[in-house]
Amino acid sequence: MPDLFVADLSRWQFALTAMYHFLFVPLTLGLSMLLVVMEGAYVMTGKEVWRRTTKFWGTLFGINFVLGVATGITMEFQFGMNWSYYSHYVGDIFGAPLAIEGLMAFFLEATLVGLMFFGWDKLSRPAHWMVTFLVALGSNLSALWILIANGWMQNPVGSEFNPDTMRMEVTDFMAVLFNPVAQAKFVHTVSAGYVTASVFVLGISAWYVLKNRHLGLAKRSMAVAASFGLLSALSVVVLGDESGYALTDNQKMKLAALEAMWETEPAPAGLTAFGIPNAKEHKTDFEVKIPYVLGLIATRSLDGKVEGILPLVAVAEDRIENGIRAYKAVETLNNDPNDVQAREIFEQTKTDLGYGLLLKRYVDDPATADRATIEKAAWDTVPNVALSFFSFRIMAGLGFIFIAMFATAFYFVSLKRNVPRWFLRLALFAIPFPWIAAELGWVLAEAGRQPWVIDGVLPTFMGVSSLSVTQVIITMAGFTLLYGTLAVIEISLMIRAVKLGPGARILPKGVGGGMADTMNEPVPAKPRTIQFDQ
Amino acid sequence: MELLLDYATLKVLWWGLVGVLLIGYALTDGYDLGVASLLPFVAKNDKERRLVINSIGPMWEGHQVWLITGGGALFAAWPYVYAISFSGFYLAMFVVLAALILRPVGFKYRSKRESTTWRTSWDWALFVGGFVPALIFGVALGNVLQGVPFDIDRTLRATYDGGLIGLLNPFALLCGLASVAMLVAHGASWLVVKLEHGPVMDRAAGFGQVAAIAVIVLYALGGIWLAMGGMGYRIVTDIDPNGVANPLRKEVVVEAGAWLGNYGKYPWMILVPALGFIGSAIAFVGLRKKSALSMVGSGLAATGIVGSVGTAMFPFILPSSINPNASLTVWDSSSSHLTLFIMLIVTVIFVPTILLYTAWVYKVLWGRLTTEEANSASTY
Repeated sequence: MPDLFVADLSRWQFALTAMYHFLFVPLTLGLSMLLVVMEGAYVMTGKEVWRRTTKFWGTLFGINFVLGVATGITMEFQFGMNWSYYSHYVGDIFGAPLAIEGLMAFFLEATLVGLMFFGWDKLSRPAHWMVTFLVALGSNLSALWILIANGWMQNPVGSEFNPDTMRMEVTDFMAVLFNPVAQAKFVHTVSAGYVTASVFVLGISAWYVLKNRHLGLAKRSMAVAASFGLLSALSVVVLGDESGYALTDNQKMKLAALEAMWETEPAPAGLTAFGIPNAKEHKTDFEVKIPYVLGLIATRSLDGKVEGILPLVAVAEDRIENGIRAYKAVETLNNDPNDVQAREIFEQTKTDLGYGLLLKRYVDDPATADRATIEKAAWDTVPNVALSFFSFRIMAGLGFIFIAMFATAFYFVSLKRNVPRWFLRLALFAIPFPWIAAELGWVLAEAGRQPWVIDGVLPTFMGVSSLSVTQVIITMAGFTLLYGTLAVIEISLMIRAVKLGPGARILPKGVGGGMADTMNEPVPAKPRTIQFDQ
Repeated sequence: MELLLDYATLKVLWWGLVGVLLIGYALTDGYDLGVASLLPFVAKNDKERRLVINSIGPMWEGHQVWLITGGGALFAAWPYVYAISFSGFYLAMFVVLAALILRPVGFKYRSKRESTTWRTSWDWALFVGGFVPALIFGVALGNVLQGVPFDIDRTLRATYDGGLIGLLNPFALLCGLASVAMLVAHGASWLVVKLEHGPVMDRAAGFGQVAAIAVIVLYALGGIWLAMGGMGYRIVTDIDPNGVANPLRKEVVVEAGAWLGNYGKYPWMILVPALGFIGSAIAFVGLRKKSALSMVGSGLAATGIVGSVGTAMFPFILPSSINPNASLTVWDSSSSHLTLFIMLIVTVIFVPTILLYTAWVYKVLWGRLTTEEANSASTY
């Protein structure tokens, strides 16, 4: 049996390294696209200010990109290192999108990113623009394949357990590719990346405007960020990935948990705007409900039922009992692959095998589990309700705030053509929030899937490697130290680059420098609003 | 579903493709690792260091993807191998990861500040990022050749009986040094091809010649050790190449000298290790003359040396020293028939595409790098 403490430590390490990695990914996704837009403006208009704008955001993109790449290596290898049994159990399906991501997307993005930085003088304008576009395409395709992999963890379609190889094997690759959960996740995640980059560009530009610096660049950047951000913010919320939740028992459980909905309600169910989930008494205290809304969002219909936690636990109990039979059949087949009767039982019960494995937390042989143990295991299928409930609310709340913010920005920048100072300050202050929303999105997706690493197929604790506690503690300490140091360096370089502004590089004194931009701009006295007539 | 190719053929093709990815990594990022290992020694001041760094600056990122894709391909095509080797070599993997993480940040952040301490620190970080992985990759192969202390239970859960220190045995260290020498020779060859003529290139050529000779000596020693050191495994039961991928359904014996058995069975395979020697000799001559021949030679050497590990061990991938029957082989460690087939199609489409656009990037960046260009405002 796997060591439960090693499993917990490995989960923490994975969460730590994945969430750290995802500090850099959304900005890469979005900023690469914004660079395509800005450089497009340069190629079309030939105006020098657009080139300078592109190069400036390109510098920040580079500082961020490099840590995304560096921490991505850890992600690619960590499955094998810490989740060895997982890698064996689902590698047949899960490995493919990771490998395809490398071949189709990451090669493209990484091979061309060098030219993006160093090729300005070596390539024609359209050729350089194409390189920038291909880098953006590569990073976005990268996200697609990773989310196909993650989508399969949430909704494992197109595959079944093979008792001869003791693992899941692919039966329908197209189903894995066109997994609706993966599709929804891709659109949602990529849009979230666009929002992140838009908030980032809007906020830093606002700071320049507040400081009366680089106004040409700042105004143009704000205009791009406002419109791009508005579209993306709408896309994140409208195409949020809740649509995938009605698909499986565990996706249903995740939905019930994030709503802290203990009992099934008559359709269409209400949405809990606020409350404090009480896991002990199976109820939600201080609940404020908005009628009908949840049913509409989650099932896209008036009569679709959203099931509650308690009935779903009852379903899990039945499936565990079935899972015990599946487990026994696999044991028999393991000794004698030709046992016809066991093969037949296995065929009937194989989709519940994972539920049988839940018992491995308590007993070595699931067949020996008593009633109380089965009940306990059934209750294990409920994720941390409070964590899911609040993660979702903060994330979704921020999503709506971003829509409002970008709508306001769009109104000021494009329609009124002047932006009041209070909004500029607000935009600057808003910079960290898309990251909070994105990280909470992953907390919800991954913690909400617990106790499963592959939804309904493999419990998380089963997936862990046979490592010692010391080994995992050493690497956790190592990663924390390394990542912490790099974070400090990254942020300080980022702030430095922003303060230096466009056109600034480390140069021998007196050569070039960051003054060109401000020198060409009129320097108005601090007005209460900033005019955007160009 | 009827697939175009049978399972056994696909298994062998994937053995070749994993080889292609590993050799692709050695050929491309291999020289970046070599250049980084040489950095503090061939370049004495900041101008020279930037010359060396920028000789690989725009390309290393793409090169590194050979490794990442190699990891992904291992996961997809040989999940057992990915699972057992990565968890077995756990702390060594962590050291490699930490070193590889230093590299991108080193490139990107080094020239963002002028302070000498800052830049020197990153120079050493880049050195670590080159030297340490070069060493550990070799050490890992050395351990794989000897057999790795893992076992697999009936549910195919692997356990591992060994630590970081056990990896550092004499034979593995020899392999590690051979790997460093090979990549340093390759890196020096790149500097000879890419840099303007001058003191840095001269130093690189000097180090490279020493490295090329070291490769020949260490590789020969490794071969002799392989023959005399009692290493080798052999499958003694009948194998069904089309059989299911379950590593527990065969019997394996430890047999001294078995790693040279393939060369008797398939004499053409001798060409592969021969390439290791011939390539190193060509590299030596090329480095001496400071001609592009060096790169051809070091490339051939890397191909031959990495390839020879594969040809010596075939069909073994990861032998187990504590339960040889659980060893992972080409026949019983792969993914399912369908996955191998789909991944073959993907690889056949994308590897040539990758080679095409990589070639285009090389074309754009073609030409010797000058100290002046390397120290301009738009470089690392």
